[in-house]
Amino acid sequence: MSRIAACFKALAGGRALIPFITAGDPEPGMTVELMHALVAGGADIIELGVPFSDPMADGPVIQRASERALKHGVSLALVLDMVAEFRRRDASTPVVLMGYLNPFLAMGLPGFALRAATAGVDGVLTVDCPPEEIESLAALLEQSGLDPIFLLAPTTPAERVARIGRLARGYVYYVSLKGVTGSANLDIAEVTGKIAALRENIPVPIGVGFGIRDAETARAIAVAADAVVVGSRLVQEIEAASPQTAAGNLTRLVAELKAAIR
Amino acid sequence: MGQYDLPDAGGHFGPYGGMYVAETLVAALEELKVEYARARNDPAFWAEYRHELKYYVGRPSPIYHARRWSERLGGAQIYLKREDLNHTGAHKINNTIGQALLARRMGKRRVIAETGAGQHGVASATVAARYGMECVVYMGADDVKRQSPNVYRMKLLGATVVPVSSGSRTLKDALNEAMRDWVTNVDSTFYILGTAAGPHPYPMLVRDFQAIIGEECKQQMPELTGRQPDVVVACVGGGSNAIGIFYPYIDVDGVRLVGVEAAGDGIASGRHAAPLAAGRPGVLHGFNGYLMQDANGLVMETHSVSAGLDYPGVGPEHCYLKDSGRAEYDSVTDDEALAAFHDCCHLEGIIPALESSHALAWAARTAPAMSRDQVILVNLSGRGDKDINTVAALSGITL
Repeated sequence: MSRIAACFKALAGGRALIPFITAGDPEPGMTVELMHALVAGGADIIELGVPFSDPMADGPVIQRASERALKHGVSLALVLDMVAEFRRRDASTPVVLMGYLNPFLAMGLPGFALRAATAGVDGVLTVDCPPEEIESLAALLEQSGLDPIFLLAPTTPAERVARIGRLARGYVYYVSLKGVTGSANLDIAEVTGKIAALRENIPVPIGVGFGIRDAETARAIAVAADAVVVGSRLVQEIEAASPQTAAGNLTRLVAELKAAIR
Repeated sequence: MGQYDLPDAGGHFGPYGGMYVAETLVAALEELKVEYARARNDPAFWAEYRHELKYYVGRPSPIYHARRWSERLGGAQIYLKREDLNHTGAHKINNTIGQALLARRMGKRRVIAETGAGQHGVASATVAARYGMECVVYMGADDVKRQSPNVYRMKLLGATVVPVSSGSRTLKDALNEAMRDWVTNVDSTFYILGTAAGPHPYPMLVRDFQAIIGEECKQQMPELTGRQPDVVVACVGGGSNAIGIFYPYIDVDGVRLVGVEAAGDGIASGRHAAPLAAGRPGVLHGFNGYLMQDANGLVMETHSVSAGLDYPGVGPEHCYLKDSGRAEYDSVTDDEALAAFHDCCHLEGIIPALESSHALAWAARTAPAMSRDQVILVNLSGRGDKDINTVAALSGITL
């Protein structure tokens, strides 16, 4: 059983909290410490953003995080090193890489899958690669023991949901609104209704993200979702904090969110 | 080569093209694909498009024999396809008319666009005014500064211009921001993409709307010279004016097709915008194609004196035409383009756009080695009024 599947099994119906941070933000030396800080606060799974020069699906908060990381020369290879470093002290918390396709392509997809698995990565979410384009990507990841994680949108028609449901492993990431990461127009009633409909075709747990900014929203979303993803709000915290306070602030914020969805 | 019928149903030109976007955009692109497939088979759609091109844009644009310049070069005869004479001063309006008519069919009242030099932004603002639509144009903050007359032009036409300060503050970042707007306002908004790149179906529909350039040439050249040209040459940034003039010639034997990229300070300097010459395939802005990227797959900053060519990628059909050998791609430096710009002003009384000056420079470089009875047809894709501040500054003059 993959670490992700084991994580959901251990929760036994409880909701998973999935915090997101960008690798290398605010600087590469802090990422592993911040990952441990997320776990200390109660993170069940960590989504680690791979910085990219052109993050088309991200709002301004995560764009700036990407830019800060890239200023320090953070590459995909370095992100994998960070995960390997994290694994030395944490053998159980699943880590999912969330990134854009081109850095993965530049490493070579088979080589990337192998190196990611060796580093201790558990899943890969490729934001800009729908299943039609690289049919082999999901299989390639699975062969290396990685879960291919897919996005679903409010606009995804039923037949596509079914198709993605057949390929998805670990969990799916339902984008809760029309917009980019960190937007502010989340409609909880609509999301709840959508999740119920998705269950027919999605055999894996359903996580919800994009626009979850506080404990109250997290609680409301967790009524229907199996997992709650929080990104921009945490990245904002990193942006506002000093290097000395960032880890402590993240732990506290994650603990608040975790308490809200319990 | 057999009958050329690319792209395939998924928008692929060989290994290039495709629809590499986040799930949040897939439905919108599918909707566009379906609507365009309907429009493409609807004679009434094309009749209106042609009507607009004739009475609003002023087509057909003439082909002009650059006699004095050809004489001076002493070789092949240079002919110019005068897209600079179109309403708004460039080829861009051929595409914005087509896409605005599609937007209207789809009931979208708000259009957005990205722009580099501002030509596509102006052409988008123009059609939005013409059809009574709201228009928002995204433009890199650096481009807003270096193309201020076009920014004001867009505002006069009623558009909102949003400067984009992320990334390299140029065209690629404006495109990112336009995509973000689209994904947020997808129900009400039509994205008028300005070049033959981006996710399927954009490369195909931009090509189809620009193909009018080559179709007219195919008819006009025999009338003027008794035959088709030996060489057709166009500048290539994203590649819309080039694919527009190339496409109708792809199946015509004996016509060389040459695309000219911006070599900036020279390919060897690394400061250029020539992905076909010095890049390698990768995925950006929703499609697979040659891309200027570093070893880690990050997109590199580009340089060209011409804002309209200052883009790290190139449309997928050009990538395919390069690999297949049907078209050739070469490059021209800033200095060569500027020399051609001045020659065209002095010898022909035409101020060309700096983008088009790259194609002119290639023609001027190549013509002397050809015989006097051979013909080079250059796509003069836009006029250079927008560039006079740039050219003056490079000559140490403040206007």
